[in-house]
Amino acid sequence: MLKILGVTGENIKSTISVAMRVRSKKEEWKDIVKIEDRELDTREVNRIALIAPRATINIIRDYNVAEKTKVQLPRVVKGIVKCANPNCVTNSNEPVETSFDVVNERPLTLKCHFCERIQSRVEKYIV
Amino acid sequence: MGNPQFSDFVSIRDFSKQQISLVLKRAKQMLPYASGERKIRPLDGKILGTLFYEPSTRTRLSFESAMLRLGGTVMGFSSPMGTSIEKGENLSDTIRVTESYADILVIRHPLEGAARLAADVSSKPVINAGDGAGQHPTQTILDLFTMLESKERLEGLNVVILGDLKFGRTVHSLSEALATFGANLTFVAPPSLEMPREVIAEIESKGIKPKYATALEDAVREADILYVTRIQKERFADATEYAKVAGSYRIDSRLLSQGKSTLSVMHPLPRINEISPEVDSTPHSLYFKQAANGIPVRMAILSMLMGAEF
Ligand SMILES: [Zn+2]
Repeated sequence: MLKILGVTGENIKSTISVAMRVRSKKEEWKDIVKIEDRELDTREVNRIALIAPRATINIIRDYNVAEKTKVQLPRVVKGIVKCANPNCVTNSNEPVETSFDVVNERPLTLKCHFCERIQSRVEKYIV
Repeated sequence: MGNPQFSDFVSIRDFSKQQISLVLKRAKQMLPYASGERKIRPLDGKILGTLFYEPSTRTRLSFESAMLRLGGTVMGFSSPMGTSIEKGENLSDTIRVTESYADILVIRHPLEGAARLAADVSSKPVINAGDGAGQHPTQTILDLFTMLESKERLEGLNVVILGDLKFGRTVHSLSEALATFGANLTFVAPPSLEMPREVIAEIESKGIKPKYATALEDAVREADILYVTRIQKERFADATEYAKVAGSYRIDSRLLSQGKSTLSVMHPLPRINEISPEVDSTPHSLYFKQAANGIPVRMAILSMLMGAEF
């Protein structure tokens, strides 16, 4: 998750706290990632939706939850995932962004707009 | 010239059953013009650009003939050798340049999805003439047209498809299209070259439950069409294994005598040795007719993409 958000590197100066297996009200467990001084853009939210379709993003301003949104998988995933087909035109030197239709949310299954190859195990191909 | 019925012809999956039926109907209208028996010039002054990034003489000539029969002209290349592509120009740039030279483009490319990319980039209509192991939609249409012409129906037709069903993506789109039209499908493939699960799921979603046979003799008994595809040597670990499989799927008069007298054999050609030459002169052979049908079908697609009225 941290890698997806690109906060593993030296580029981030704010505090990051991670809590794992926290009991939630619904008697399920959840993991919490808290990043200070950071609001996510659409692209980052889409990346989270790909690997954690049930995630909730809370934006906390001045110690209060200012916004609370459930991530939503877009219908078309652009640029975040690499096509698993080595013979796909998007894996050549063409200046083109990858594009996938979401054919199934759980388990997450994508179809390449270009080569039409069906792709599961999407997390392996996130760039 | 009226409004084009389609903007591009990239993948058979882009078209509904009704749209495919329209193409089949137009192809039928084209038969007397395709044979040269009657003349027609709806695409007079129009230019077809043929961008063949890998050689496929048969497909290219068939597109050129179709365009000329419609009164248009053709230009292009039959391999990237000696062109700016060889110097490293990317496909997107080549399309942007050549689309200003032509009114419609046909592309064949070794990479899957190349035709979709070309269609996205180009403001002119793009026809996919095969992208690697990907789609080859005009082949699918001509296969459907050949079956329809020969048997006068697709619904309820018993079609046996034989060969490499795993990697042959044109066989996937043909099977899906046949299922859309309600044909009964039987698959015969060597172990490890069977139809992939996602294709079977797609076929079943159209209400067709395919049958599977290992012995060809059993499969042909009730068949109306036996569709044979090449099995590539490269798919096998060693030459003996390939020879064994190739030998067990040889189509000859003895095998065809097990089936109906009206059983027709199809093959996208070129064949290597899947079909014995003794079948050529029998009423079972439909593959040369199938190849000839490439002209009326491509005339239909070209004329519809250009918005020519009939
Ligand atoms: Zn792809």
